[in-house]
Amino acid sequence: MNNWIPFRTIIIKEIYRFVRIWPQTLLPPAITTTLYFLIFGKLMGDRIGSINGSPYMDYIVPGVILMSVISHAYANVVSSFYSTKFQRNIEELIVAPVPNWVILAGYVSGGVMRGLLVGCVVGLIAMLFADLTIHSIWISVSMAFLTATLFALAGFINAVMAESFDDISIIPNFVLTPLSYLGGVFYSVNMLPGIWQTISMGNPILYMVNAFRYGFIGVSDIDVQLSFLMTGGFIAVLAIFSLYLLYKGTGIKQ
Amino acid sequence: MKALSIRNLRKTYNNGHEALKGIDLDVEAGDFFALLGPNGAGKSTAIGIISSLVNASSGSVSIFGHDLKKERSQAKSCIGLVPQEINFNQFDTVKSILLNQAGYYGTPRQLALQRTEQCLKQMDLWDKRDTISRRLSGGMKRRVMIARAMVHAPKLLILDEPTAGVDIEIRRSMWKMMEEVNQQGTTIILTTHYLEEAESLCRNIAIIDQGCIVENSDMKSLLARLNVDHFVLDLAEPLAAAPVFDGFKIDLMDDKILEVAVPKESGLNELFKQLSGQDIRVLSLKNKTNRLEQLFMDLVDAKTTGEAA
Ligand SMILES: Nc1ncnc2c1ncn2[C@@H]1O[C@H](COP(=O)(O)OP(=O)(O)OP(=O)(O)O)[C@@H](O)[C@H]1O
Ligand SMILES: [Mg+2]
Repeated sequence: MNNWIPFRTIIIKEIYRFVRIWPQTLLPPAITTTLYFLIFGKLMGDRIGSINGSPYMDYIVPGVILMSVISHAYANVVSSFYSTKFQRNIEELIVAPVPNWVILAGYVSGGVMRGLLVGCVVGLIAMLFADLTIHSIWISVSMAFLTATLFALAGFINAVMAESFDDISIIPNFVLTPLSYLGGVFYSVNMLPGIWQTISMGNPILYMVNAFRYGFIGVSDIDVQLSFLMTGGFIAVLAIFSLYLLYKGTGIKQ
Repeated sequence: MKALSIRNLRKTYNNGHEALKGIDLDVEAGDFFALLGPNGAGKSTAIGIISSLVNASSGSVSIFGHDLKKERSQAKSCIGLVPQEINFNQFDTVKSILLNQAGYYGTPRQLALQRTEQCLKQMDLWDKRDTISRRLSGGMKRRVMIARAMVHAPKLLILDEPTAGVDIEIRRSMWKMMEEVNQQGTTIILTTHYLEEAESLCRNIAIIDQGCIVENSDMKSLLARLNVDHFVLDLAEPLAAAPVFDGFKIDLMDDKILEVAVPKESGLNELFKQLSGQDIRVLSLKNKTNRLEQLFMDLVDAKTTGEAA
């Protein structure tokens, strides 16, 4: 059985979905991040000065980009897959000879696409406010890709386990947003008092933000290799868990 | 070649309800097969298992010789499913629903476009191809589901109450379409609560009740077993009470309407002889229910009373 055609079908359907509803998916991040850059970067940044040798604006840009990548990769999969499940439309894919890993890959790729696209939009807006320097484009691009993949997977698991629309907003609001804000987007962990530095080390988003930022400014609070290893490890664990859920038919089959 | 072969299939839902109690079923390739039964009998559960939507508790299913567990992908490729409930994406256009479905079955784009056009035309939906499916009428939505099920040219088409809530004109055109598709070689399994539909379309039949198959035979011999026909007679003049005839059970429904149970061995001539004998003039006569319906009621009732006893 040719798996390429079903995979392509799912991913095109997913891209078409978020492009069609662009006022909900692509426009809001453009507005929010413009405000971040204006308020934190321009108005306050001038008073804050520089962090780790970079002007404050340049320091926060990578974090803001990655934060958007995270929330949109996650949001895309969680809302698309949950509504597919809610409408029972997922039955089309369960009845068809599409292997579970193709279903997973299709939805996750859709989320990655949206995450990266939003990341690019935010990056373009950032260029209006800051002179972006690039230390290593490949480190940034690959970290953005892995981060998007990881959170798209997390969104998938959330959608599979969710039993109501409330369940798909709990994780983004109560877990993702706090972790992102505490993930060193707006500050360097070195600025925190001792105990908080240690606690912050338990936040995976901190690792990703630092590695991604390293690709721009060449400075990181954390070992970049360790960041890649950890992100890769999380991806493997979540992918296996997602496949297990699909195999069991959790929330889909009786 | 068997299109479908089911052995000792059981399903107990998580809430403890035993929906299928070990059923065996065979459907020959090319057949037009009716799966009948009252509400809650287990028809959709069986269809759910065949189409991978429901996990069986035990038992085996094979489709055109492919075991559903061991050769999942081949088995699935043979099936086109029209589920009981609407389950397409309500925000998609009719055309994209079919194109996506074709994609899931690995149909190359060019062929998918052709088949989509063909199936939509066959279901009389071609001029609705760009309509958002949510805006279709109920009957059109049902037809979209049939068109969707056929887009990958399945060898076995399973329709779970496709004609529920569809007007008589469209129902007729669905019958015609199902017959055509069957004549072109597609095996069809149909569930319906319209028994005249099953009687006129299907060659073989299984009746399922409370998770057990209570009847499985060909339509002709099943109907031949029916030994009492019920008729409704319109009378010219009102009667005060039902006449009493030998060998017939007669009820007066209205002062000018009689309902008569006619055993096969007595026949209508005998009834009319006795009616004429009493000078009762009959204006018209019709079957009370369709024949299969009587059998169905008998079988399902027998089962229920049998269980209670
Ligand atoms: N998800 C479920 N959980 C628990 N019980 C279920 C579930 N789905 C169906 N049932 C029960 O299983 C039995 C068989 O249901 P099923 O849907 O197979 O009946 P059916 O023959 O298709 O009926 P209908 O003609 O009304 O469609 C019913 O008693 C039903 O209540
Ligand atoms: Mg049903």
